[in-house]
Amino acid sequence: MASHPVAETLPGGHAESGHDIHRIRKTAMWVFLGSECLFFGAMIATFLLYRNSTGDGPGPEIFDIPFTSASSFVLLMSSLTMVLAHDAFERGDSRQARVWLGGTALLGSTFLAGQIFEFTEFIHEGLTLPTSPFASSFYMLTGFHGIHVAVGVMLLMAMFILSLNGRLYDDRGLNVELVGLYWHFVDIVWIVIFTVVYLLQVL
Amino acid sequence: MAVTAERVDLRPPGERGVWSWLTTVDHKRIGLLYGVTAFAFFFIGGLEALLIRLQLAQANGEVLSADAYNQLFTMHGLTMVFLVIMPIAAAFTNYFLPILIGARDVAFPRLNAFSYWLFLFSGIMIYSSFVVGGSPDGAWVGYSPLATQITETVRMDYWAIGLNLLGVASIASSANFIATVFTMRAPGMTMLRMPVFAWMALVVAFLLIFSLPPVAIGLFQLFLDRNFGALFYQAAAGGDPLLWQHLFWLFGHPEVYVLILPAMGIISEILPVFSRKPLFGYEFVVFSGAAIGFVGFGVWAHHMFTSGMGPVAEAGFGIATMIIAVPTGVKIFNWIGTTWGGRIRFQTPMLFSLAFIAMFVIGGLSGVTHAVVPADTQQHDSYYVVAHFHYVLFGGAVFGYVAGVYYWFPKWTGRMLHEGWGKVHFWLMLIGFNLTFAPMHILGLNGMPRRTYQYGEGLGWDFWNLIATVGAFTIGVSFLLFLGNILWARTRGIPAGNDPWDGRTLEWTISSPPPVHNFDVEPVVHSLDDFWHRKYAEDEEGRLVKMPAVTGGTLVETGGEGEGDTHDAHEDIHMPSPSYYPALSSLGLVITGYGLIYLSWGWAAVVVGMMITLWGLFGWSLEPITREEH
Repeated sequence: MASHPVAETLPGGHAESGHDIHRIRKTAMWVFLGSECLFFGAMIATFLLYRNSTGDGPGPEIFDIPFTSASSFVLLMSSLTMVLAHDAFERGDSRQARVWLGGTALLGSTFLAGQIFEFTEFIHEGLTLPTSPFASSFYMLTGFHGIHVAVGVMLLMAMFILSLNGRLYDDRGLNVELVGLYWHFVDIVWIVIFTVVYLLQVL
Repeated sequence: MAVTAERVDLRPPGERGVWSWLTTVDHKRIGLLYGVTAFAFFFIGGLEALLIRLQLAQANGEVLSADAYNQLFTMHGLTMVFLVIMPIAAAFTNYFLPILIGARDVAFPRLNAFSYWLFLFSGIMIYSSFVVGGSPDGAWVGYSPLATQITETVRMDYWAIGLNLLGVASIASSANFIATVFTMRAPGMTMLRMPVFAWMALVVAFLLIFSLPPVAIGLFQLFLDRNFGALFYQAAAGGDPLLWQHLFWLFGHPEVYVLILPAMGIISEILPVFSRKPLFGYEFVVFSGAAIGFVGFGVWAHHMFTSGMGPVAEAGFGIATMIIAVPTGVKIFNWIGTTWGGRIRFQTPMLFSLAFIAMFVIGGLSGVTHAVVPADTQQHDSYYVVAHFHYVLFGGAVFGYVAGVYYWFPKWTGRMLHEGWGKVHFWLMLIGFNLTFAPMHILGLNGMPRRTYQYGEGLGWDFWNLIATVGAFTIGVSFLLFLGNILWARTRGIPAGNDPWDGRTLEWTISSPPPVHNFDVEPVVHSLDDFWHRKYAEDEEGRLVKMPAVTGGTLVETGGEGEGDTHDAHEDIHMPSPSYYPALSSLGLVITGYGLIYLSWGWAAVVVGMMITLWGLFGWSLEPITREEH
């Protein structure tokens, strides 16, 4: 990270007062994640309001808990690989970081594939967006989360490609730590969603 | 100006020309862009208000059809809230937050530009609905089923998508401001040495960060209902329209503090300067502002007292609403205490500030009457409510922001607004304002409903409605004077110098207009109102301002905005280079928005828009912040 003259990488040339660009970015990322909590909170609240409004359509009984547990496990493991990627990045080991970044993206994609499969199954069983308020809120919440995972995978792949060009430390707007923060957040939200939407409804 | 896709921005910042504005990342320029755009929208929104008042001037008005009336009052509300007051607050925050805390720019200059362009493009997008079959017409609150049932037109889709895009812009700029305050303060600028305006900007940023998500989700749900057959707000299918009201007001009430707190911050800067006394109880003003921010999240349902929430919820929200009057009252007493015993100069900024206090007190008192649930049940959706929120949002916020314009105009342009015309503007606006909105209390208590395009004769409403219309046009005239004053003063006003008001805060230590990098030498702050203490010791004045005398000389030097000299003089100061990626990414988002509105054939636009946005964002992330020059 010290490969560049500080003044060049800092906005507004704050070199002389030692403003730390990483701290600035992390602050903004945390603020953004705080905002994200409310996004998901509003949708989880909506889902809880409508969890019994299944109309004539299917309800939570169509959830395949073992399957979703498996894909949840995959997503949670991707947090582990993300930590390893970040660790390698911090150590300056670009090759290792690349491996773990790729692994994280792969696990995230696996989760997404699982979600697409799950949605397809549900639609076959008659649960579509206009079926009931339950269905609307279910698809919106899990779909919104899926979009977050997809964005995360895209960011991870961008980091992966950067590392191929040897530009991982070429410090620009993106970096491994910020992507990591985002990725862990998306995972943690899934723990809440999986608990509230799947487990609590079936128990 | 050959724009060959890759590098439009090889020139140094500060150069003239359209491209330099399109690609600017300078927080001051972006602030000016926000200000000018908001002012333009203010005239549009004002025109809508005048049409509404013309229609209501007499019983059975025939100026507008019911349909046109619905569009106009919806767009008036939406415009004034989202396209005028929020961006004018953003204009002040952009321009002055970094300077007030002694920084050279905001934390993320390009994100800042992105927020502005997204705001501008979304505003234009919402207004483009007028030419393609009518603007949103379900009121700015967009209650279901009004907002969900009328599906043969796309009017409310413009509203849902437009507001969400504006929300993205606001969240981005809020994260930016929070990061700026937390990480970019000058040495010695502790949190409790920050000017109150900076504090209020911080509170507002937090309010937006946490209040926009619920309404964004609500708007998405509405959009899905309208276009994908989702059932969130379809009562017949088990959906609950009340959910929308909760999500909306969970945003909507913090939002009113978003609108007013920056104005309160401006007032808290002006009153000490023109009273020549420190702000009375600085900590109380700051913490009251923060308290308003916290409690502001616990009062939203007082907008819903007639929705049948039940006595427990109503009592709870009623009490919370009364409680929030306390920190507001604390501020008012502090402002009065500030002026008490001061050597007051009744110049235009001060006049507007004093009027702010008076008008805001009236609006605040009628607001407390809304906290009383049985009374509110009577007042709900009547003109009494219209009177109330115009007293806080016009009598409060707009007076505050106009005060801010008079106060800081010299810093923007290097010239003073005309004081005499300013006073005429003030008195016309104050009289016009009260003529317009005071009668609405009476009309409301006599039962005149909001959002109704005609009223019959013989209801006893004719006289006061006519007065209100006369008042509205008086306000209109006063703002034309204001506009004239601004246009005149830009080039012919008296040169202001660095410190025309004998100010207390850092912006007055630098030239007017400030250099691109704000501070030649990063300021080191030793106390609250640091500049004041540098000018005035215990006995008499001794200015320590680095720049020598001002008249004329400064204007020539900075008027040309040629930055070659400053770059030579300050080799170590690297300002971020201009970038066209922010404007590009926001353009992509708006194209996506259009695509979503016309989904049946708009998928292509969605795809193209997302591609453009991604191109912009990745280009942005990968370009160096400060480009090697030449």
